[in-house]
Amino acid sequence: MSAHDLIDTTGWHPICALDAIPVLGARVVRTPDGDVAIFRNEADQIFALRDACPHKQGPLSQGIVHGQTVTCPLHAWKIDLACGEAIAPDQGCTPTYPVRVQDGHVHLHLVSLSPVAGS
Amino acid sequence: MQKQKLVMIGNGMAGVRTLEELLKLDPERYDITVFGAEPHGNYNRILLSPVLSGEMRLPEIMLNDLDWYRDNGITLHAGRKVVAVDRRRRVVRADDGTEATYDRLLLATGSNPFILPVPGKDLPGVLAYRDIADTESMIEAARVHRHAVVIGAGLLGLEAANGLALRGMDVTVVHVGEWIMERQLDRVAGGMLQLALEAKGMKFLLQHHTSELVQGESGRVAAVRFKDGISIPADLVVMAAGIRPNTDLARQIGLQCNRGVLVSDTLQTFDPAIYAVGECAEHRGVAYGLVAPLFEQAKVCANHLAHFGIGRYTGSVTSTKLKVTGIDVFSAGNFEGGDDTEDIVLHDPGLGVYKRVVVRDNRVVGAVMIGDTADGSWYFKLLKDQQDIHPIRDHLLFGQNGLGDVGHKGETLAANLPDEAEVCGCNGVCKGAIVKAIKGNGLFTLDDVRKHTKASSSCGSCTGLVEQILASTLGGAYQTAQSKDKPVCGCTDHSHGDVRAAIKAQHLLSALQAMKALQWKTPSGCATCRPALNYYCLSTWPHEATDDPQSRFINERAHANIQKDGTYSVVPRMWGGLTTPGELRAIADAAEKYAVPTIKVTGGQRIDLLGIRKDDLPKIWADLNAAGMVSGHAYGKSIRTVKTCVGAEHCRFGTQRSMDLGVKLEKMLFDMYSPHKVKLAVSGCPRNCAEAGIKDVGVIGVDSGYEIYVAGNGGIKTEVAQFLVKVKSDEEVMEYSGAFLQLYREEGWYLERTCHYVERVGLDHVKAEILEHAERRRELFERLLASLRGAKDPWAERVEAERATALAREFETLEVSA
Ligand SMILES: Cc1cc2nc3c(=O)[nH]c(=O)nc-3n(C[C@H](O)[C@H](O)[C@H](O)COP(=O)(O)OP(=O)(O)OC[C@H]3O[C@@H](n4cnc5c(N)ncnc54)[C@H](O)[C@@H]3O)c2cc1C
Ligand code: HEM
Ligand code: SF4
Ligand code: SF4
Ligand code: FES
Repeated sequence: MSAHDLIDTTGWHPICALDAIPVLGARVVRTPDGDVAIFRNEADQIFALRDACPHKQGPLSQGIVHGQTVTCPLHAWKIDLACGEAIAPDQGCTPTYPVRVQDGHVHLHLVSLSPVAGS
Repeated sequence: MQKQKLVMIGNGMAGVRTLEELLKLDPERYDITVFGAEPHGNYNRILLSPVLSGEMRLPEIMLNDLDWYRDNGITLHAGRKVVAVDRRRRVVRADDGTEATYDRLLLATGSNPFILPVPGKDLPGVLAYRDIADTESMIEAARVHRHAVVIGAGLLGLEAANGLALRGMDVTVVHVGEWIMERQLDRVAGGMLQLALEAKGMKFLLQHHTSELVQGESGRVAAVRFKDGISIPADLVVMAAGIRPNTDLARQIGLQCNRGVLVSDTLQTFDPAIYAVGECAEHRGVAYGLVAPLFEQAKVCANHLAHFGIGRYTGSVTSTKLKVTGIDVFSAGNFEGGDDTEDIVLHDPGLGVYKRVVVRDNRVVGAVMIGDTADGSWYFKLLKDQQDIHPIRDHLLFGQNGLGDVGHKGETLAANLPDEAEVCGCNGVCKGAIVKAIKGNGLFTLDDVRKHTKASSSCGSCTGLVEQILASTLGGAYQTAQSKDKPVCGCTDHSHGDVRAAIKAQHLLSALQAMKALQWKTPSGCATCRPALNYYCLSTWPHEATDDPQSRFINERAHANIQKDGTYSVVPRMWGGLTTPGELRAIADAAEKYAVPTIKVTGGQRIDLLGIRKDDLPKIWADLNAAGMVSGHAYGKSIRTVKTCVGAEHCRFGTQRSMDLGVKLEKMLFDMYSPHKVKLAVSGCPRNCAEAGIKDVGVIGVDSGYEIYVAGNGGIKTEVAQFLVKVKSDEEVMEYSGAFLQLYREEGWYLERTCHYVERVGLDHVKAEILEHAERRRELFERLLASLRGAKDPWAERVEAERATALAREFETLEVSA
């Protein structure tokens, strides 16, 4: 049982097939919460972060992904994909979202959307 | 496996750096125990000088506090001096009886100050200048006493004298030599430095031999007497007449010593279980006394302690800077010269500037500078890389930035800059912030400073200045920026040159394959190395290598320039800067259809549509394609534009048809990727309205043909293009400039503009390849044409792909299906 199974399933939203996200790349999901970037790395780990760099709101989805990090396209800050924090010595943090892959499909957990999902 | 035991004797800068390097490589291998005679953690000895002068306080200069040892599981015995080592049983014993056994022993005992063997040397008030205790005693003495005498006018003596003078003492520096700092400076520079220090209130007594320190009534030292009989008052005497490697313990336990403990290229002593680093060690006849070489030793030593077994220490070239606020002095290498050397000298006593570069066989072997030292690190780099300076000799003394450096023109005197002066125009970093970061965070390299302050991390034009600030804060203990064998990035130890060679030799066809073959340390590289590897594979193996879009910067992936708000700009190509009513109409229509907020004419004679949403890119391209326009590559490390003047087609002065030739060149080079962007220009006559003098390739029409200039740059650092050759026909222009660009594509390092490339390899090399060997020129040209064969418009490809869905995802936003 993964940690995600502990989260109430009502907030989970199917997004796309895993293969729709390029390896070492990202896709942008437009949500009522704002844009969310979903990343995939070389080990097929999936991460979801708000698509805004803590530095000057650069679109992280457009950056270069390496390991568990994305380099922002605007001024090259490096952001840890797992926790959303800028890698030292830069300081700042971008919100992360729970994300999981089931049967080859990516699901994103958005709390603010729950009522919609339930309806 | 049981951990091995590593014991270190001497808790100073070289030793602790070795431990840090070791922990990075293999944190689990050893149980580490450290003995240090001083009752502190590891502090930055270099910064004792600013502590003495009152510019910093002791807590600020700690590098590794006690928490650091605890967090890394290191047992620290601070304040315990090791007095015995049993090499057979492998046990060390400290003065208080503490014992520790070892499998490997690391000696890092540093140096002892040399104390002149004169009567009175043990009197109260006579000090050396080596550690925190000495510094505190000097500060205390300055509070209650008046007359200070510093014996020795080397780096250490002058810094001590400066600190004591700033604390209000009346300071005389005594020196046996004919001029001060004679081991670092020549006579002229020494004399100029003395004047500058005298202006700050210090007094000098040269060519004087101390014979005795005289005791006063209080029991404390009261005067210094010299061999010629005169004496001067002194309540404080600082011995700064040199240092001796501290080999006391090593000799006692029978290790072979000369001046220092003898070590091999792997930093091993004659007992293979015992290593030595730092000032106590003597390597190939040299015992170093500056931090930079000690850090290089630390790296190699750690590598062997970690059983990696690669890396040899082969010695260092050192450079020095005096850390006296407001005075810039730099020296490196062999500045004395000899029969086979030449001097290139610039001397302006009025301005207080003196620069002397010593050259042998067109290589820099040494440099001394005073007053204006901004280019010290550049000379140091030329020296270390043994670069051929023949092509730049005529402006060598004006420095790397001598030809029009934008952003901070004229501000070359790092030490004289006020704290609030802006150093990095890109990131708005002022000098004070840089100095504070260096001191506060214990930074030693340019990379450290870049990471912590962002200074010089963008355009890099202030690199020289930042290096000087680093140097004047740390006194030479810095490592220069782009030495030839600097690794590509932190993911590897290989340099750009190594990587290029390996990709060719091993037939590597993708960035990922190259990372595997070259044993990258990270699973998927980083944003610095991946684009470089991708480019190297593509340029080395055209039509064979696989392009990895994820290893390209977003602009090249999206074929448009990302803007600060995340929108993109679109620049259609206008061959040679020419357009038609039909094209203009199509641009106007597209601009209206996609509600383009800003339309601007670019510096490269194109029209820029700014503020376009990413989802709209394929649509606007399709519209522009339909009107016959293609990508302008305004976003790529690629051919950008060929700027032309109206030329003989229209201009009354024109001698050649510059628009025609420009269009031909641009069509030839379409879709050419390169280490960095490439811009060309063609002018129809020497009035040069197309500004060909600052282009990667500039062509100027003359009555009898064309002159070709290369390696110009109008960007961050203006570089005037250098004359390559004069030719007769359009075809020749295309062949020569194509061959030059192919040479650059094959040999350039990623993100190196042609001007940097030519500076590195030398114009003579370029001329040899292109002018002297006609067959090589033709081969280069053919390779260029071959690699560009079948070039497609990336926009059209993307539009098709969009329809075919494979690459659609790059431009399509997903929606949450609630
Ligand atoms: C005032 C001052 C200014 C300087 N400025 C510069 C500069 O601007 N630029 C530059 O590059 N360099 C400068 N240096 C030189 C630089 O500080 C040294 O090169 C460097 O610190 C040497 O490092 P180390 O580890 O070899 O020795 P140290 O840092 O001296 O460390 C050796 C340590 O070993 C301890 N020790 C010795 N014997 C024993 C024993 N038997 N048991 C236990 N502990 C022992 C000592 O107490 C000492 O703490 C300066 C030095 C001084 C004193
Ligand atoms: C009669 C010949 C030799 C004897 C008796 C001898 C003995 C030893 C001993 C006792 C050690 C220490 C082992 C340890 O630290 O655990 C050692 C280590 C070592 N020896 Fe030798 N040795 C000999 C020849 C050589 C030669 C010829 C070389 C190299 C050309 C060499 C290179 C080394 C090295 C590099 C180590 C260090 C290994 C390490 O630190 O991990 N030895 N040797
Ligand atoms: S367009 Fe060029 S010069 Fe202008 S702000 Fe941007 S980087 Fe600087
Ligand atoms: S460079 Fe010469 S030919 Fe071209 S526009 Fe200027 S004056 Fe005319
Ligand atoms: S906005 Fe991301 S680094 Fe500046």
